Amino acid sequence: MNDILTPILMGIMLGGLYALISLGLSLLFGVMRFINLAHGDFVILGSYLGYGILTYFGFDPVIGLVISVPLMFGLGFLIQKYLMSRAFEVSSDTPLIIAFGLSLIIQNANQIAWTPLSRGINTGYSNASFFIGSLQFPVVYLLDLLVGILVMLLLREFLTRTYLGRAITAASQDKKAAELMGINSKRVYGYAFAIAMALTAIGGVFLGMTFPFTPTSGISFLTIAFGTVIIGGLGSMWGTFIGGIILGVMQTLGGYFFGPASQMLVVYLIVLIILAVRPQGLFGR
Amino acid sequence: MVNQVLLKISNIDVFHGTFQALWDISIEVRTGEMLALIGSNTSGKTTLMDTISGLLHPVKGMMEFNGVDITCLDPYQIVELGITQVPEGRRIFPDMTVLDNLMIGSYCSCARSTRKQNLIRVYELFPKLEERRKQIAKTLSGGEQQMLAIGRGLMADPKLMLIDEMSLGLAPIIIDELFKALKKIRERGITILFVEQNVKRTLEEADKAYIFENGRVTLSGSSAELYEKKQVKKAYFGIDECEI
Ligand SMILES: Nc1ncnc2c1ncn2[C@@H]1O[C@H](COP(=O)(O)OP(=O)(O)OP(=O)(O)O)[C@@H](O)[C@H]1O
Ligand SMILES: [Mg+2]
Repeated sequence: MNDILTPILMGIMLGGLYALISLGLSLLFGVMRFINLAHGDFVILGSYLGYGILTYFGFDPVIGLVISVPLMFGLGFLIQKYLMSRAFEVSSDTPLIIAFGLSLIIQNANQIAWTPLSRGINTGYSNASFFIGSLQFPVVYLLDLLVGILVMLLLREFLTRTYLGRAITAASQDKKAAELMGINSKRVYGYAFAIAMALTAIGGVFLGMTFPFTPTSGISFLTIAFGTVIIGGLGSMWGTFIGGIILGVMQTLGGYFFGPASQMLVVYLIVLIILAVRPQGLFGR
Repeated sequence: MVNQVLLKISNIDVFHGTFQALWDISIEVRTGEMLALIGSNTSGKTTLMDTISGLLHPVKGMMEFNGVDITCLDPYQIVELGITQVPEGRRIFPDMTVLDNLMIGSYCSCARSTRKQNLIRVYELFPKLEERRKQIAKTLSGGEQQMLAIGRGLMADPKLMLIDEMSLGLAPIIIDELFKALKKIRERGITILFVEQNVKRTLEEADKAYIFENGRVTLSGSSAELYEKKQVKKAYFGIDECEI
């Protein structure tokens, strides 16, 4: 009994991380119906930022977020304003191609800046563990879950309670109606992109504390984020969170029953089945 | 104030991509008026509404509102100047509450200071919306959704309201209620430009009307005049003059 409890609890905590790195993807899809192919690379960029801040300035990467979050926020705003907004006017494929290009640029820039070697963010608490009963878990996994919950709740509050958040929500529910209500959709899209990027800065740091990463890791985490968002239903924050948990538990249980080599295969098969049965996701509209 | 030209549209051509939907349209709306656009399906009424709202831009011609050139403005700038649209199909925000929908209506900076007062007025006009303020908008009935769409438009504190096919799919008794509400809105000094399919009803409610065919204005005049016109009778009431 205790045997199977370990992968389940690990999976739930891992799911918190998956939700965390997927929120930005989900937000952008919800607001702009745009699938950000560079999302995984943005997350890894966030990991490198955390790594760099720790290595060169000695700041704890969580404190380093004070620097990396505004940085990524600004970068997101600029990307939307100067690259994406024009691309959206051309056709719906153009932003996809631009995102793909950005993905390649970020990968190569990271290779140049950090070499292709595998890195990890190691802090004082990286190797610490805690116990639930007699079961032992890494502290970092608990942080993943707590921060995942916290960020999801904050994002939800922001989207439902603040002026800007409501405008973003309105534009995601009906762009034309939102514009007719005086919402400047270009501005809203700029902020949505900026917030999505700021979220990747947070996700990246916790990812870097949990797993080793290389400049080309983005693609595997993009795939995980896709899975998470597909399970949860694109554009719903709660759905994304639950999707992350389901994906995390599927992965650890898959590893438990079929061995670590097939754990991701199990995950993707389940995503495929969910897509076939409920294309809008479990919680999608 | 009354009888001053509020919106002046001069000779505009509007395209959807390569398809020309409006040809050389000129329209004048005077302050305090209730003006109607009539026309069969696909004659370009919604296209004109969307052009006034800044969602589409004319390739030729000019639009002036309150003396300001609005030809090239974006939708949010148009709202700031005092034009709101209640769009065809209502287009309320389905997953938000009634109250949140109304709040989004007062998003523009021009309406923020008067928000409380406007909310009270909307609730006076449609008491049902106050009863249902916490309900998720998509669960409202069709008539209530239309009330919400109008209420949301009023929250922007407009000088001119564009209302597109308000009565579509609604029961006659509810349509009566909505037209009564439009009268009260008008009494508050808000000018109304509306689109309707029901010609008889429209001519009863409006002071003046423009008749659209295939993207062109083919007839215009006071409702009384149009009521007597042979073409209108034939085209829209399906009767010849001698039958009356
Ligand atoms: N987004 C669009 N892209 C291309 N053509 C469009 C678009 N929207 C409308 N049209 C075309 O423009 C013409 C006018 O359409 P519009 O919606 O303005 O008509 P309408 O008078 O409002 O009709 P209805 O009574 O059905 O609402 C139609 O021929 C329509 O097919
Ligand atoms: Mg129409």
